[in-house]
Amino acid sequence: MMGLSQTGLKAVAALCAMIPFQPPSASTISEGIDQLYYLLTGITLFFTVLIFSIIFYFMVKYRRRSETQVPPETHTSMVLELSWTIIPSLICVVLFVWASALYVRNSRPPAASTEIFVIGKQWMWHLQHPEGPREINELHVPVGVPVKVTLTSQDVIHDFYIPAFRVKKDALPGRYTMLWFQPTEAGTYHLFCAQYCGTSHSNMIGWVYVMSPSDYAAWLAGGEKTESMAQQGARLFSQFGCGSCHGEEAAGHGPSLAGIYGKPQKLASGETRVVDEAVIRQAILTPDSVKLPGYQPTMPTYQGQVDEEQVLQLIAYVKSLGSPERTNGQ
Amino acid sequence: MNDAPAASSVNYLNANYGIRSWLLTTDHKRIGLLYLAVITFTFLIGGSAAVLMRLHLVEPQGALVEPDTYNKLFSTHGIVMVFFFLVPSIPATLGNFLIPIMIGARDVAFPRLNLMSWYIFVAGCTLGMIAILSGGVDTGWTFYPPYSSLYAHTPVVTMAMGIFVAGFSSILTGLNFVVTIHKMRAPGMTWFRLPLFIWALYATSLIFILGTPVIAVTVLLLGLERLFHVGIFDPAVGGDPLLFQHLFWFYSHPAVYIMILPSMGVISELITAFSRKKVFGYSMIAFSSLAIAIISFIVWGHHMFVTGQSVYAGLVFSVLSFMVAIPSAIKVFNWTATLYKGSISYQAPMLYALGFIGLFTMGGLTGLFLASLATDVHLNGTYFVVAHFHYIMVGGALMGYLGGIHFWWPKITGRMYPDLWARLAAAIVFVGFNLTFFPQFVLGYLGMPRRYAVYPAEFQVLNVMSSAGASVLAVGYVIPLVYLIWSMRYGPEAGRNPWGAKGLEWTTPSPPPTENFETPPIVTEDAYEYPVAAESTYPNAPGVARV
Repeated sequence: MMGLSQTGLKAVAALCAMIPFQPPSASTISEGIDQLYYLLTGITLFFTVLIFSIIFYFMVKYRRRSETQVPPETHTSMVLELSWTIIPSLICVVLFVWASALYVRNSRPPAASTEIFVIGKQWMWHLQHPEGPREINELHVPVGVPVKVTLTSQDVIHDFYIPAFRVKKDALPGRYTMLWFQPTEAGTYHLFCAQYCGTSHSNMIGWVYVMSPSDYAAWLAGGEKTESMAQQGARLFSQFGCGSCHGEEAAGHGPSLAGIYGKPQKLASGETRVVDEAVIRQAILTPDSVKLPGYQPTMPTYQGQVDEEQVLQLIAYVKSLGSPERTNGQ
Repeated sequence: MNDAPAASSVNYLNANYGIRSWLLTTDHKRIGLLYLAVITFTFLIGGSAAVLMRLHLVEPQGALVEPDTYNKLFSTHGIVMVFFFLVPSIPATLGNFLIPIMIGARDVAFPRLNLMSWYIFVAGCTLGMIAILSGGVDTGWTFYPPYSSLYAHTPVVTMAMGIFVAGFSSILTGLNFVVTIHKMRAPGMTWFRLPLFIWALYATSLIFILGTPVIAVTVLLLGLERLFHVGIFDPAVGGDPLLFQHLFWFYSHPAVYIMILPSMGVISELITAFSRKKVFGYSMIAFSSLAIAIISFIVWGHHMFVTGQSVYAGLVFSVLSFMVAIPSAIKVFNWTATLYKGSISYQAPMLYALGFIGLFTMGGLTGLFLASLATDVHLNGTYFVVAHFHYIMVGGALMGYLGGIHFWWPKITGRMYPDLWARLAAAIVFVGFNLTFFPQFVLGYLGMPRRYAVYPAEFQVLNVMSSAGASVLAVGYVIPLVYLIWSMRYGPEAGRNPWGAKGLEWTTPSPPPTENFETPPIVTEDAYEYPVAAESTYPNAPGVARV
C-alpha cells in the first residue's frame, strides 16, 4: 500500500516536472512584466478562493433542513454594496496605473538602439541588419544592446512575438510598427507569428540567437560580404534616377533629401509632420499624400516598382544622408 | 391537487398537432422550442469541431489533420459557436419562452415578427452550413482582412452572408423584447418588480439593436472588397487593415455581453429559487446589467493593444476595460450574499448556478491580465486569451444556459428529468471544463500562440491535459441530451411549481396553456418575495419530495 502510494506520488512528481510553468525570461523588461503577472495571479487566487470558500461555507451552513423552513429576511446593506464596489475599483486603479506606467516605459526604445528591419510574408520572416546581412526566420543579436525592430508585412497581418522577451507587435501591410528589446541572457529563444495568417501560420516560426558581443561581431564578419542597407538604397536611388530631382546638383524639381530625416516638415496640406520612416515610405509610394509647398507635384508613384525590402533600403539611404544636426554627414 | 390532470388538460404543446402547427406557429413558447431545436444542432456542429481540434493537438506535429483542415476546424468552431449558438442561445430560447410569462403577458408584442425572426435565423444558419459543406472557411471567427478579403481561398462570402442574415434575427428579436417589456407588463408589474432575468434580457436586447447593425455593415464591406476589390481594408488596394478590427470589435466586444448578460439573468433566478431568498441588492444587479451594456460599447480597443494603436488610445481603452469589470464584480458579490441565511438546496440547476459563479469569477479576474496594457502585450494572441474567454463563454454563458434549461425544463415540458443524472452531468461538466481550459492559461503565459496546428514539443503535456479534459467535457454535454429527451416521454409529471420558486411562470400549469395564464395575472408584490404560499407549491421534484 505504502509502495503503491509512493509510486503514485513519484509519478505525479515526474509529471509535474514535465510541465513548464514559466517561460524563459531574457530581456530587460521581462522581469517587470512577470512581477505584474504574479501580482495579478495573486489577486485572482485571493478572490477565487474567497468566493469559493464563502459559497462552500454558506452551502453547508444554510443547507435546507426541512421543506417548510422559512429563511429569515435579510436586508440589502448599503455598507456592503459600497465596499464591494469601492474596493475592487481601488484595486483596478492600482493595476491600471502600474500596468500603464510599465507599458509606456516599455514602448519607448532607448536612443542608442541598434536597428533591425523585419518583413513578414506568408509564411516566413525576412530580417535585415543595417550592416547588410539578411536572415530568414533567424535573428542574431548581441546581448546587452537595445534593439529597435521596425516591422511591416508584404501581404496579410502577421505578428512578431518573442515570448522570452515579453514583446509582441503586429506586422501590418502598408505601414510600419515598432518594438524594441534588450536581451539580458545569451541563448536561443522562440520567435512566433502570433496573428493568424493562413495555411502555414504555425510554421511561421523561428529562433532568436542572443550572442555575446564578441560572438556577434564574429557572426557579422563571418557571413558573405554584403553592402549595408544604405549602400543598397543608394544603388536603388541612382537606378531609379531619383537624383535627377532630389540630388545635390538637381535643378530644384524636388526637395533635397540631405538632412531631411527627423526634421519637422510643413506639407502643402498645411499639416506639419516629422519626417520619419512612414513619411519617406509615403513619399515613395503615394507622393501626392505628402506634397511639399513650393514644388510641382510631378513625382510619380513607385508603387509596384519597389518591394517592401527596397523601400526599407531607400529609407536607410535617406537616413544616411544625415540628421538635421549633421547635414550632409556622409 | 387543484391541477391534477395537468398533462391531460389543453396546453401549448397539445393544443394542436402536426408539422404545420409548429412551422406556422406564432406562440412565443413554440418559437422558443423551434430555436432550441436549431441551436442544439448548431451546438453539436461547433462542439464536434472542437473535439476534433483537441484530438489533433495531442501530438506536437498534429495527430489528425492537415494544417488547412485544422484552420477550418477552429474557424468553424468559433463562427458556429458565437454567431449560431451563443448569441441566440438564452435570448431566443429561454427569452422567447419566458419573457411574456414572467411579465404576465399573453405573447410578445409582435408574434408574427417573432416567427419571421426564426426563419431569418434558419436562413442564416443554412448559409453557414452551405459554407461549411462547400469546404469551410479558414479565416478564424474574427475574419481579419486582408487575409479574409483577398488571400483566403475558402467560401468567405457565403459564411459572411450567413452572419449578416442571422444578424437581422438578432435585431428583430431585440426589438420585439424591448417593446414587449415596455408595453406588455401585467397590471402591477412595475419596472422594479421585474425578475432580474427580464432586466438582463432588456440590456441584451439594447445591444442587439445597437450593435448588430455594425457587424452587418462590417461583413458587407468585407464582401465588397472580396468580390469587387473595392479598397476598404487592404492597403494594396487603398484600404486600411485596422479599420476592420475597429468595426468588428465595436460589435464583437458588446457581443460578449450579449452572451453573458442573459446567463447572469438566469443565475439571479436560480440563486434566489434554490436559497428561497429575496435577491441581495436587486437594484444593484439590475443597474449593473445596464452599466455593462453601455460600457461594453467603448472598450473595443483592448483587442488591439499590439496592433500599433497609439499609446494614448491604449491607455483610454485600458481604463474603460477595468471599469467594465466593476459591475460584474458587484453581481458576483450580490449573488454570494443572497445565499447568506438562505434555505439552500442542491438540485441540478443550482449546481450549474454555483459552477457559474466560480468559473465566471475566474474568467472575469483573468480578464484583468488582458486589460492591463503591459501584461496584455505578452498574453495577447496566446492560449491565455483562449482560456480567458472560454471561462466567460463556456464557464459563464453556457453553464447559465444549461442551468436555465434544467430549471425551466419542467415548465417547458411538464416533465421532470432524473435529478441524480443531472447532478452527475453538472459535476462532469465542471471538472471537464477546468481540466480543458485551466492548462491553457499556463500555455498562454509560456507563450504558445493560439490557432497553431503544430507546436513546439515542450507544450505537449499541457495540451494533452487540455485534450483529456475536452473528452470529459463532451461526455458531460451528451448525458443531459439523453436524459432530457428521455424525460419528455418518461419523466414524472412536474406540476406547476416543482422547485417552490417565486415568479409568475410558476403560478401557471406546466406546460402552460397557449394563452399562458388561466386568468390574466395581477401583480401585487416585488420579485422574490419568498416564501411561496404552501398551497401553490407542488413539492414532488426529486430531492424535495422525500421530505
